[in-house]
Amino acid sequence: MPKVVMRGNEATALGAKLCRPHVIPAYPITPSTMFPERISEYVADGELDCEFVLVESEHSAMSAAIGAAATGARVATATASQGLELMHEMLFIASGMRLPIIMAVGNRALSAPINIWCDHQDTISARDCGWIQLYAERNQEALDLMIMAFKIGEDKRVLLPAMVGLDAFVLTHTMEVVDSPTQEEVDKFLPPYKPDHVYLDPKRPITIGSFGTPEFYTEFRYAQELAMSKEAPKVIDEVFKEWERTFGRKYQMVTGFECKDADIILVTMGSMTGTARETIKKLRAAGKKVGLCKITVHRPFPEKELKEVLGGAKVVAVVDRSLSLGYGGPVYAEIASSFVNDAKKPLLQDFIIGLGGRDILVKDFETIVSKCETTMKTGKPEKAIDWINVNYEPAGVK
Amino acid sequence: MVKVTIGAINYEPASSLRYKTGSWRSMRPTLDESKCKGCNLCFIFCPDSAIVMCEKIIDGKPKKKAQINYDYCKGCGICAKECSADAITMYEEVK
Amino acid sequence: MQDQSCKVVSPKELFVSGHRGCAGCGEMNAVRQVLLAAGENSIVANATGCLEVASTAYPQTSWNIPWVHAAFENAAAVASGVDAALKALGKREGVNVFAFAGDGGTFDIGFQALSGMLERRQKVIYVVFDNEAYMNTGIQRCSSTPYGASTTTSPAGKKSIGEHYQKKPIANIVAAHDIPYVATATIAYHVDLKKKVQKACKIGGPAFIHVFAPCPTGWRHASDDTIEMSRLAVETGVFVLWELEGGYDPSKINVTYKPKERKPVIEYLKAQRRFAHLMDKPEELKKIQDEVDAKCKMFGF
Repeated sequence: MPKVVMRGNEATALGAKLCRPHVIPAYPITPSTMFPERISEYVADGELDCEFVLVESEHSAMSAAIGAAATGARVATATASQGLELMHEMLFIASGMRLPIIMAVGNRALSAPINIWCDHQDTISARDCGWIQLYAERNQEALDLMIMAFKIGEDKRVLLPAMVGLDAFVLTHTMEVVDSPTQEEVDKFLPPYKPDHVYLDPKRPITIGSFGTPEFYTEFRYAQELAMSKEAPKVIDEVFKEWERTFGRKYQMVTGFECKDADIILVTMGSMTGTARETIKKLRAAGKKVGLCKITVHRPFPEKELKEVLGGAKVVAVVDRSLSLGYGGPVYAEIASSFVNDAKKPLLQDFIIGLGGRDILVKDFETIVSKCETTMKTGKPEKAIDWINVNYEPAGVK
Repeated sequence: MVKVTIGAINYEPASSLRYKTGSWRSMRPTLDESKCKGCNLCFIFCPDSAIVMCEKIIDGKPKKKAQINYDYCKGCGICAKECSADAITMYEEVK
Repeated sequence: MQDQSCKVVSPKELFVSGHRGCAGCGEMNAVRQVLLAAGENSIVANATGCLEVASTAYPQTSWNIPWVHAAFENAAAVASGVDAALKALGKREGVNVFAFAGDGGTFDIGFQALSGMLERRQKVIYVVFDNEAYMNTGIQRCSSTPYGASTTTSPAGKKSIGEHYQKKPIANIVAAHDIPYVATATIAYHVDLKKKVQKACKIGGPAFIHVFAPCPTGWRHASDDTIEMSRLAVETGVFVLWELEGGYDPSKINVTYKPKERKPVIEYLKAQRRFAHLMDKPEELKKIQDEVDAKCKMFGF
């Protein structure tokens, strides 16, 4: 496997290219613009034989993706932030129609105010729409997860679309050394897409996108949910294990680092995990019993895996890089609900940080750990939902 | 049990033929075959594909005649209005 | 009951009976005519609307060809995806890719996707079934609603004559995209419609056919008058049947039917209750007649 220096966007574009998609409908948006740019270069140089459709909006990008996937083609695209929001209704439709479309999302903050830097609000706001959601910590993961997403989504037991989130600028535009699989290796790993369930062909007249009355709607949703929460975790596990055997890199839905005897565990997603890991190493060296839990797969929600990693801790600090306005951290809410019925459970705290691309530093994680240490002593968090590194002073109306 | 296909995909084309919209009728078209010229207009203008053109042997010769399918005819009256031979009349439907 | 003694000689229906369209629905008839002209080798991407809802209530479908529906505003975008996929899979040859949408999903919310598809020169035949309002949601105005028509969101009232704006000239706008084929058609002139659909299929795309389809429920006329309304629209000059082949050269517009003697517009308006409130307003009726006269003059009759 050649080692190549590449940005996160180039990694996802390369990942898509290696999977031999038939159709890529795409629309540029910061920070994912480089994805359609790279794809257009591949196509212009004859390196990628696919129909590259430069649509006129993200909504049309997902619509064209749906049309193409319904015809039986393998489809990939990329977007971010406002673009993901514009295609919001189509995300539910793609999932409801069981079309395994694969999309890279450059995790970027949402307007207003307009902000191009990283947080997880965009993909988090799409967590209900029936897409498998994966988060990359590094460019290597962006490339690997992009390829694996095809195998997971197209599996006949799953047949759901999947998105890979990679942090805006921190990953999309930053160069890292990446082990790039060869075309032969990916061809061996990922067989051609030959759907039985859906392809539009005059020889087989099928109707896709019916009108579902109350008599049937619930059963369709239930079937979708079975695929998402029963089948997908099994398939994800199989695909991760096969990747490890083939390429030597290990992935898990949830990865614990120094968690076995940890009193305090941080839960992170995305690129902040790297900084958190450095903090854990530093604090462990100083004798503190702290650990890190990284979420790679957010949907389907890995409840079992999270409880295995976090169950033994005294305090769990969920680090949310997004916000459900009027409530608090969405990932915290989900983890808290996982433990709610258990007699023995860790204390849970939520920390909102890093919104709109504000850097998350080692000292921020140290602050979080110290707050958790206080919680450990008092037996109850001073503030269950807390904001780190906020310096608010109202200026008033002039 | 509610049996559903994956993604609400309907693998059986033209399955709406099971739904007999003829029950909607309050007026019924009646065709006077002797007047029918086989011009096709009623076939073309029916919104419900409820008229087919048939070839019948009349006096030893094959003649094209319209045939109304009362399983689906909603009684809109377009065929009676557009018939070029005044061969179709609308009567009140008798149940 | 079918009489078993005769042999059916009419062609196989690609849009079959059993759909829940109103009795006398112009759109359902238009779809039948278009598909009979296009043939079995067709795939349809359909927008949300009367047609979609009335023909595909799970588990029944009235479609005898492959059909996909995604949402309201993206028939053109979904059709673009189908076109691209067929090409990538090597299955494009000889297949007609249609985008079917109502006037709602074309003039207003679907406008962007339509313009994008035309600009990309995708091989899609876009057919808009125009009944001049958002009918499926209960007769709301659209940019396709003609001046003076009463709809539920542009009702005639003490201070209103109904729709205040002129109908958006959709076929002209599409023609300005400089595409290989643009045409207007309507159900009463079925030979003209068939020719235009077959021409569009032969050219492949992008092509646009504006099909005028009366709606007895929304326009409030008798269910047996649908074809007659379509005929009157053309005979009065309210709707002009034309086609333009080979790109945007207005001098090459071919008016495919010119009424020998144009009927006065009031013949058309008085037959529909959506215009009933105009009958005692001669200045409004004159305004409408003048507008139609000017348009027909532009088309040369």
